[in-house]
Amino acid sequence: MSGRDNLVEISGISKHFGEGAARVDALREVGLTVAAGEVVALLGPSGSGKTTLLNVIGCILDPDGGRMVLDGETVYDGRWLRGNLRRLRLDKIGFIFQFHNLLPFLDATDNVALVLRLAGKDAATARRRAIELLDYLEIGNRKDAMPAKLSGGEAQRVAIARALANSPRIILADEPTAALDSHRAGIVMDLLRKLAAEQDACIIAVTHDEKIYNRFDRIFHLRDGRLESQEGVRK
Amino acid sequence: MNLAYRDVRHNLFRFLLTCLGLSLLMAVVLSMIGIYNGLVVDALTIVRAPDADVWVVEAGTQGPFAEASRIPGETRDAIARLHGIDAAGSLTYQTVETTYGGRAHRLYLVGIEPGRLGAPRDLVAGRPIGRSHHEIVADLGAGLSLGDRIPLGRDTFEVVGLVRDQVNSGGDPAVYLPLRDAQRLQFELAPPAARVQMARGAAIENRNTVNAVVARIAPGASGEDVVETIRRWKHLAALTQAEQEHLLTSSVVDRARRQIGLFMGILLAVSAVVIALIIYTMTMEKLRQIATLKLIGAPDRTIIGLIVQQSLALGGVGWAFGLILVMLIKDVFPRRVVLEPVNALALAGIITVVCIAASGLGVRAALRVDPATALGG
Repeated sequence: MSGRDNLVEISGISKHFGEGAARVDALREVGLTVAAGEVVALLGPSGSGKTTLLNVIGCILDPDGGRMVLDGETVYDGRWLRGNLRRLRLDKIGFIFQFHNLLPFLDATDNVALVLRLAGKDAATARRRAIELLDYLEIGNRKDAMPAKLSGGEAQRVAIARALANSPRIILADEPTAALDSHRAGIVMDLLRKLAAEQDACIIAVTHDEKIYNRFDRIFHLRDGRLESQEGVRK
Repeated sequence: MNLAYRDVRHNLFRFLLTCLGLSLLMAVVLSMIGIYNGLVVDALTIVRAPDADVWVVEAGTQGPFAEASRIPGETRDAIARLHGIDAAGSLTYQTVETTYGGRAHRLYLVGIEPGRLGAPRDLVAGRPIGRSHHEIVADLGAGLSLGDRIPLGRDTFEVVGLVRDQVNSGGDPAVYLPLRDAQRLQFELAPPAARVQMARGAAIENRNTVNAVVARIAPGASGEDVVETIRRWKHLAALTQAEQEHLLTSSVVDRARRQIGLFMGILLAVSAVVIALIIYTMTMEKLRQIATLKLIGAPDRTIIGLIVQQSLALGGVGWAFGLILVMLIKDVFPRRVVLEPVNALALAGIITVVCIAASGLGVRAALRVDPATALGG
């Protein structure tokens, strides 16, 4: 990994829910680093803390303590260092969901363009960039289709285009292939790998999908809120 | 990119169906406002019909609408001779039920002196009453046509003229007839009853009695002065036109008006609750989409805009449909429905406030949504 930017650096991140007898330590002193171009997976049984960790890295959930650096900017050090976390997400992070979560009332192009419009781009620029992304993801022929008319694989590609719209360098994926068959899951993972390499981004995915384990550079194993181990899969 | 518009366009049929339901509610509210107005307008129609400035009635009464009033028929001459009086006329009022066209009709008979103050104006068809007997001018609501002949008491009357929207406060259509005929109808006993009275030795009552005398003040003269002069006579009472109108609205129709007003208030409250529930349900159905919007960085104002704009669109379209519906069916109502532009605009204002307030619940729910809801199954 030497010579590559570290896009995600977290150390000592803890998070608990509830108090007293009901207290659950979802994350305990977790630390990890993910570099540009890497595609990593968070694995673990249910309740191990992987989704909580994804939420913390996605700046959705307040950790109890620790330090977090995203794309070279220290965003959390015992407290959030940016007031507007929504803007932080818009600037630095792209999200890919299990069920694509496309807005059903916008067509494929507008679903992608929406992120750019939220970031302040004008309508023409946003639309042009959205179409470029859809073409890049080889789904340009479906740019005017409504989400309900897209197949699962097509919808997930549009969702990936949306995650990439604002050129974030950190992409968080929550079970990105859970709703797809193994063939399409493989295609989506190859696509994510290609993106990570070409966009100089990192991808952190929560997954239970064993058939795609070999598509990750590294796998972080979590158990009971602790980072138990990590293994390199691809070289 | 207007998300509210896109969402509405995407679910257009459902949106229109919701609007239709809301518009029916709005139509009921607007109808109630129209009926409320109609009640007041109807009550004032008859009192405004003579175009009078002063009403002279029986001493100690507030007749002839709020209370019964009987004064001698010669009173008109005395009033007409007063300084400052331009014109005067005698009037009688009574409600009768008669049968024509195969069914019973309630009519509000107004006895007038042809050619004098109080005779019907603004005829929509026919001519004024020209003879002193057996001619009538009827309101269109009576269902009569020119040339029709109807029985009133022991006589038959011919319709010679028609007027529009002349009804009493109960909604009965007005029928104008010559004063002498009206007096016979109101004060003359049927022959058997008269024979009994005569056999008992009772005095035959003077039929030349009227319910009120109306007068118009001459230009430059003061109506208040005339009223004061008449009041000083002690045997008569006098009211200005404004007092008579106030009496009708504050006394005669007040209870009915308040009843409808209260019902209208309840309807508005129900509408507010229905709108709030619709908006809240619409928002709850979109919580996952809202969570996604928050997660991808949409500011609160985008989410608030989505909810409030849809709420306003719902209220606006519901109001417009409701207004169109009422305008189409208002003439079908048995009582007059009077809807002024200011009423429709006032309701639009109320609906706007209700929609914004109702969106508050939805906005509150939306702003509380955890963006993490968008993640996971």
